[in-house]
Amino acid sequence: MLEGLPVSAPVLVVQDVCKEYRLPRESLWKPSPRIQALDHVSLTVQAGSSMGIVGESGSGKSTLARLVMALERPTSGKIFLDGQDLSALSAAELRSVRAKIQMVFQDPYGSLDPRRTILQTVAEPLAILHGVGRSEQRLRATQVLEAVGLRAGDLEKYPHEFSGGQRQRIAIARALITRPRLIVADEPVSALDVSVQAQVLNLMQDLQDQFGVTYLFISHDLSVIDLVCDQVVVLQAGCIVEQGEPDTLFSNPQHPYTKRLLAAVPGAHASSPIPMSLGLAQNASLDSPSP
Amino acid sequence: MSEVLLEVKDLRVNLPTARGWAPVLRGVSFAMRRGDTLGLIGESGCGKSMTALALMGLLPEGAQVTGSIRLAGQELTTLDEAALCQWRGRRMGMVFQEPMTALNPLHPIGRQIAEGLRLHRHMDARAARAEALRLLERVQLPQAAKRLDAYPHQLSGGQRQRVVIAMALACGPDLLIADEPTTALDVTIQREVLDLIDELVAADGMGLLLISHDLGVMSERVRHMLVMYAGDVVEGGPTHEVFARLSHPYTRGLFAARPRIGLPRGTRLTTIPGRVPDPMEPRPGCSFVQRCDVAMAHCGQEPPSLFSVSAGHDCRCWRACP
Repeated sequence: MLEGLPVSAPVLVVQDVCKEYRLPRESLWKPSPRIQALDHVSLTVQAGSSMGIVGESGSGKSTLARLVMALERPTSGKIFLDGQDLSALSAAELRSVRAKIQMVFQDPYGSLDPRRTILQTVAEPLAILHGVGRSEQRLRATQVLEAVGLRAGDLEKYPHEFSGGQRQRIAIARALITRPRLIVADEPVSALDVSVQAQVLNLMQDLQDQFGVTYLFISHDLSVIDLVCDQVVVLQAGCIVEQGEPDTLFSNPQHPYTKRLLAAVPGAHASSPIPMSLGLAQNASLDSPSP
Repeated sequence: MSEVLLEVKDLRVNLPTARGWAPVLRGVSFAMRRGDTLGLIGESGCGKSMTALALMGLLPEGAQVTGSIRLAGQELTTLDEAALCQWRGRRMGMVFQEPMTALNPLHPIGRQIAEGLRLHRHMDARAARAEALRLLERVQLPQAAKRLDAYPHQLSGGQRQRVVIAMALACGPDLLIADEPTTALDVTIQREVLDLIDELVAADGMGLLLISHDLGVMSERVRHMLVMYAGDVVEGGPTHEVFARLSHPYTRGLFAARPRIGLPRGTRLTTIPGRVPDPMEPRPGCSFVQRCDVAMAHCGQEPPSLFSVSAGHDCRCWRACP
């Protein structure tokens, strides 16, 4: 069914979605209080592009991710993946659709099972989703590991043998193995060090160029979103308060909340004492001859 | 110019591992005066937190410590645990990264703040509770009086961090150590908490040792900074000088790897190749040599010392050798 779609068809359409959660009852005689986690949220993500979601904790970012992953159903509204309405699918149909959406989590220490080898972890989605044979699993696991810059020899190792950045690569390999249309990345680099973060961000962009993956990229770091996303939506208390291209949105924010988020980014602006260009920062003494 | 508050000289820490002693700090030296703000920056495993733990006397069991840590003239490395308890919490306060794990989930926050007051300032329960309330008001916890008996899970992340700061300040310490105090918080809350720390430090004239991996935070919050790599201080000086010159290749690497608003979509960031060396590996030369883009033959043979780049600004790199 993918073949019939034009290349530029949206991979993900979120249409007027609301999600309400019930809180525990405070009194036997009163209805339990409700919280509106998402309030009439709509967005469209084109194939091969990246959509950034920014907002503070409690703004509904992760709720949106859970709905898109079809882990929960919206209270109202619809979510379409490749034109298929996720909420209209039966459990069995959903299982096959899940191959098209994968997730990368924030914490590379918590998201890999310490007792399973990298092969078991990375190939697990294949085994569950398609019933692919062992040798095929191994082959595809090798391919994705190589795509994320690890080696086939790493297949038999355990997570504790890898650094944080390598673990996040493994998590990305696991997400890639089903050849998904959409990868939901929930704060994929916020637990990583600057230089490792740069490696993972570069990798995610390379993979997008190579495989045409679409990202739904959740982050509180506006500079990361600015770098990797084509579109960005700003969520506040479950509502989209502003959306657009990051370059225009961040250089000329309209909503006070976006302005507040931007103002809070430490040293990210041209006015900050950090020099913007490395060329200016070359130390004169570096050019002097070596001892 | 006020007296020296903290002086760390050639601090070396070895940790026991299954493969022998792992040197995690390899001769760290710095000094702070009262009212100074000093930042420690570097990646995980470079020794930032180990430095903080060594200062607080909270290193893992069996750690070997050599060198000297003098706080207000008192040598701390030779103190026994009982004597150190008199200093820790009273003269030095620490704010940890993760406020949920730094607080005890089973005790109300008022009681947790009062604990230090009763121990160090010998207050009775009533006085300690009153003081805890004053501290909570000082860290601007909303509805402080109501929150004295609240448990940590009833507060948000930013509020919990305010409680941790109140605990660190309880006994009026001379030195406040903040180890990644805002990493677990949202950007807007992060700014509020850092502003609060700035205000409190300025009001009390404490010394602030701020540990962060965020160059942006450093640029805005501290007057001096040290860049650490693999247990060594590789660059140190006034923050604006360090940022203006970026003398050490590692500092430059950290800077180049950082995404910044305004970079065009799809820009690939410059990364530092390789990874932090294993502390057990023998290192005849510079610890950064394997990842350095300007390394020379000499760099792998002899470890560089700290060379002066300008007044008060030093760099541990053969390229900076005059």
